[in-house]
Amino acid sequence: MGFLASNHVLTADNLVGVRGERLLFEKLSFELTNGTVLYLQGANGTGKTTLLRTICGLSRPYKGSVSWNSENIDGLAEEYYRHVLYIGHLPGIKEDLTALENLQFSLALTGTQFNFSQATKVLETLGLAKGLNLPTRMLSQGQKRRVVLARLWLQDLPLWVLDEPFTALDANATNMLKQKIEAFANAGGIVVMTTHQEVTMNVPKFEQLRLDA
Amino acid sequence: MVETILVKVLDVKQLGTFSVLYRILARDIKVALRRQSDVTAVFFFFIIAASLFPLGSGADPKLLSAMAPSVLWVTALLSCMLSLSRMYASDHADGTLEQIMMSNQPTVLIVLMKILAHWVLSSLPLVFVAPLIGIQFNLGSAELQTLAVSLLMGTLALSLIGSIGAALTLGIRGTGVLIAILVLPLYIPVLVFGAGAVNAVSIGMSPNGALSLLGAVLAMAIVFAPLASAAALKIALE
Repeated sequence: MGFLASNHVLTADNLVGVRGERLLFEKLSFELTNGTVLYLQGANGTGKTTLLRTICGLSRPYKGSVSWNSENIDGLAEEYYRHVLYIGHLPGIKEDLTALENLQFSLALTGTQFNFSQATKVLETLGLAKGLNLPTRMLSQGQKRRVVLARLWLQDLPLWVLDEPFTALDANATNMLKQKIEAFANAGGIVVMTTHQEVTMNVPKFEQLRLDA
Repeated sequence: MVETILVKVLDVKQLGTFSVLYRILARDIKVALRRQSDVTAVFFFFIIAASLFPLGSGADPKLLSAMAPSVLWVTALLSCMLSLSRMYASDHADGTLEQIMMSNQPTVLIVLMKILAHWVLSSLPLVFVAPLIGIQFNLGSAELQTLAVSLLMGTLALSLIGSIGAALTLGIRGTGVLIAILVLPLYIPVLVFGAGAVNAVSIGMSPNGALSLLGAVLAMAIVFAPLASAAALKIALE
């Protein structure tokens, strides 16, 4: 609970994104504070994922900088990753391990202790009661996605960076995820996400950014 | 009841560095044990390749024991290289590598854990079975002991150095040959001192000189290989 209580600011300062020889976005600046959901829009290939990866520090911006609490994330290095939860296109889970084993590892990477009963409860709530002890390779796309997203319920990090979180989810799961994001932002979390679905969220600050505009 | 879990912020506890690093090592080993074919393939390649030499070179015990150190060492080196391309490739393909780079522990330490896992899985079994194969080559007990010790140190250096090659070639097609070209020249000192230690014993000299040099190579590799690999992985992910 500790992280959400304090104030955080994510700042992008004059970001320029380049992929290969192509300019994706330029002079992109924003400042996100507690309770903000930033919703990135844009057609395929407009640089949404590149921007998310830049925010995560996985890609370096061509120009400009990203800061967390007014410190450049390059300088913060691991310290920054105490605060960020990134869910990308790739699942980041091992197909040979079970849902619980995968979660245990994902949590360990950000230094979060794994609580077996909590994790089981979250996975059951997300509708995975029957697949708990199966290797995740036996699960469907949507179920794998739920395993990945279960981290949102089990980790206590103030910044979520979500790349197409609603992909492959059914109506029920989409609804649960939307509720979770709302609850998180209302508790003071910051979310940066992309999606092709139209969503409206009931959160303190809802901002939209079109990359192809 | 469902609603409360969905919205509530759960009570979470933090882990220390050592538990995180242990988890990373344990996961790699667990994944490998679920998919044993990769590990056993390396093991049997070593046994079969090393056993082919006595069959091909006739039954002259002198000749066999003279070529044993180099044959066993070269075979161990090639077996170690067989599995190098897999070191980071599967983590890269399924997105685990991104998560690893975003861990709140230093990437260098995590990389070191992945290297250790590679060593435990693909080289440590060879260290145990090599003395048995050495018997086929008419090696005496002193030579066999030195062989085991030199392999124990040397293969760890091989995994460390190989990790740089694996990280540099990540995401490139046809990595197998490229890794070999990158890494084999760097393996030369390990081979020279490792096989040299066993050779020294077989001509009645002390293996300590060669072993100390092997240790020096290992120490250098422990310091620099994780740093270089971590930097290469960061570039591979951009």
